[in-house]
Amino acid sequence: MSILVNKNTRVVVQGITGKEGSFHAAQCKAYGTQIIAGVTPGKAGQEVEGIPVFNTVRDAVKKTQCDTSLIFVPPPFCADAILEAADAGITLVICITEGIPVNDMVKVKRALRGKDVRLIGPNCPGVITVDEAKIGIMPGFIHKKGVVGVVSRSGTLTYEAVHQLSTLGLGETTCVGIGGDPVNGTGFVDVLALFEKDPETQAIVMIGEIGGDAEEKAAEFIKKNVKKPVVSFIAGITAPPGRRMGHAGAIISGGKGTATEKMKSLEAAGVRVVNNPAEIGNAVKVALGR
Amino acid sequence: MNVHEFQAKQLFGQFGVPVPRGREITSPEVGAAWAQELNTPVFVIKAQIHAGGRGKAGGVKITKDQSAVPGLVKELIGKTLITHQTGPKGREVRRLLIEEGAAIAKELYVSLLVDRDSGWPVFIASTEGGMEIEEVAAHKPEKIIREAIDPAVGFQSYNGRNVAFALGLPAMEPAVVNPFIQMLGNLYRLFMEKNAAMVEINPLVITADKKLIALDGKVSFDDNALFRHADVQQMRDLNEEDPLEIEAGENNLNYIKLDGNIGCMVNGAGLAMATMDVIKLAGSEPANFLDVGGGATKETVAAGFRILLKDPNVKGIFINIFGGIVRCERIAHGVIEAAKEVKINVPLVVRLQGTNADEGRKLLAESGLKLEVANDLWEAAQKIVKLTGKAA
Repeated sequence: MSILVNKNTRVVVQGITGKEGSFHAAQCKAYGTQIIAGVTPGKAGQEVEGIPVFNTVRDAVKKTQCDTSLIFVPPPFCADAILEAADAGITLVICITEGIPVNDMVKVKRALRGKDVRLIGPNCPGVITVDEAKIGIMPGFIHKKGVVGVVSRSGTLTYEAVHQLSTLGLGETTCVGIGGDPVNGTGFVDVLALFEKDPETQAIVMIGEIGGDAEEKAAEFIKKNVKKPVVSFIAGITAPPGRRMGHAGAIISGGKGTATEKMKSLEAAGVRVVNNPAEIGNAVKVALGR
Repeated sequence: MNVHEFQAKQLFGQFGVPVPRGREITSPEVGAAWAQELNTPVFVIKAQIHAGGRGKAGGVKITKDQSAVPGLVKELIGKTLITHQTGPKGREVRRLLIEEGAAIAKELYVSLLVDRDSGWPVFIASTEGGMEIEEVAAHKPEKIIREAIDPAVGFQSYNGRNVAFALGLPAMEPAVVNPFIQMLGNLYRLFMEKNAAMVEINPLVITADKKLIALDGKVSFDDNALFRHADVQQMRDLNEEDPLEIEAGENNLNYIKLDGNIGCMVNGAGLAMATMDVIKLAGSEPANFLDVGGGATKETVAAGFRILLKDPNVKGIFINIFGGIVRCERIAHGVIEAAKEVKINVPLVVRLQGTNADEGRKLLAESGLKLEVANDLWEAAQKIVKLTGKAA
């Protein structure tokens, strides 16, 4: 067991003929992921790393029965690509693209409401179920099959946490990057619920950052619904208010969304919050009594 | 991206949101000519800087005497305003807005932004205009009205009625109810069409002659959507931005200047923030946020060094790279090459982890460069703090 993706997940890569798309499609395939189709309008009939390219997601679904999409389409065209995937019957859309206009995501999020599709991202590293499927841009080799579920708003900071878990021999089940944008698809709460139900996952690492109140919402949910130990780190305690710290969503505005507030809420919900990101792995070890 | 009040009001005008007659002024001569053309009982002269609190800092002058206008322009242009939002150095005034005054009967508050949780645009309105909305939210939360707009259908009249009745507008001044509802619709159109991140009118006033007017205006734009709006891009005022941040932007680096003295260079925004936090935890303060992006190359590292070293507060540099797809030995080469190009006269700690980290660390150790190599984040942070001394 694992969450969201596994060795049976059938993936189409939208934007597969671009520089990023072709490179990462090959990397994911090499990891063992079933990358079975690609889409770039006007390039049907070509192949990328032995993966057939189609003009539309609809064609790709018809010919290959793919069920999950990995998107590398440039920001101006990305909202369109997400909606195309949803319309073609894709049930899991993982969007890596950074820099999509917020109002585009407002419309996409509204359009996906009520449809049988889950969006992960945008502006995220993707999802990996260790030794089964890597659907994203994370370095596969730092992961090690184990017992910890990881959910995060950040990319390289997640790798940092994963590296610690792997080095300590704890390993991971599935790692989910939910992305650093203010309006995104799946949030912390949904992923926490999936990890809580997953029999293989014994502990959860949740990595948040300044901006918004997703961590506070997660804290409320954890308090009521999560029995498994949760370890958390919130980046940005030194971040000044009113400045966007790289991620479009990482901003303290109107005194809201500070790291301190988030840490307090999580601690009140029984989460083990670490101040030092170098201590994430050790905190999980302690939580699991190892 | 932020714009000046006069630019926000120009946009309001274009979208049918009522504003006082006004114009951007940069010299006493033009100010005098405009004052004559304006021909109003009360002249309001407002310093244009990207920061709030201008009134308290002496950046807003009001006069009934047309002949006094050029003198006031002369007084304000070139003046440095220090407000709670400018920091202690303040901001130099380079341009003014001169507009007609209004006879204020009542002050309201209206803003529009995207609610992150629902992903819907939300109007925030209050009868407590003229105050900071955070203050109102903290002390009189019952005075804050929220109205979410369904992006599938956009603003509807009922949204406007909901806000107008909740504010008690019909009892306050029935003549402004319909103009108010129309104005909210226009603000929504501006917000969506121009990809604004926030639109705020504080105060929105009801005048003695029963008219609505946006007496102040603030608009900020979504940086990710600027490519769609050449007109908005032209409103950018580089004088309002930090020169190092502008240089970083030109090199595709994400840099924010802070007040500490350990410069840091990191790949990825989350890890960059975490690195700042670790520096503080180790007893010092970060000089900046700098994300060199997922693919750190020799060129980006060199540009990063140049920007960090231009900050006179920087007493040491901490490079923290988690090599994922980018291999650490290539980053090590980049650091070595860049360090040769840019003279580095402060202690340097490089922490490499991830793909081919051992190889990268070996290259650095054998490079002959004066630097310390680390493999663990906490170890590296303690090293750089030890080398530069704790913060005072």
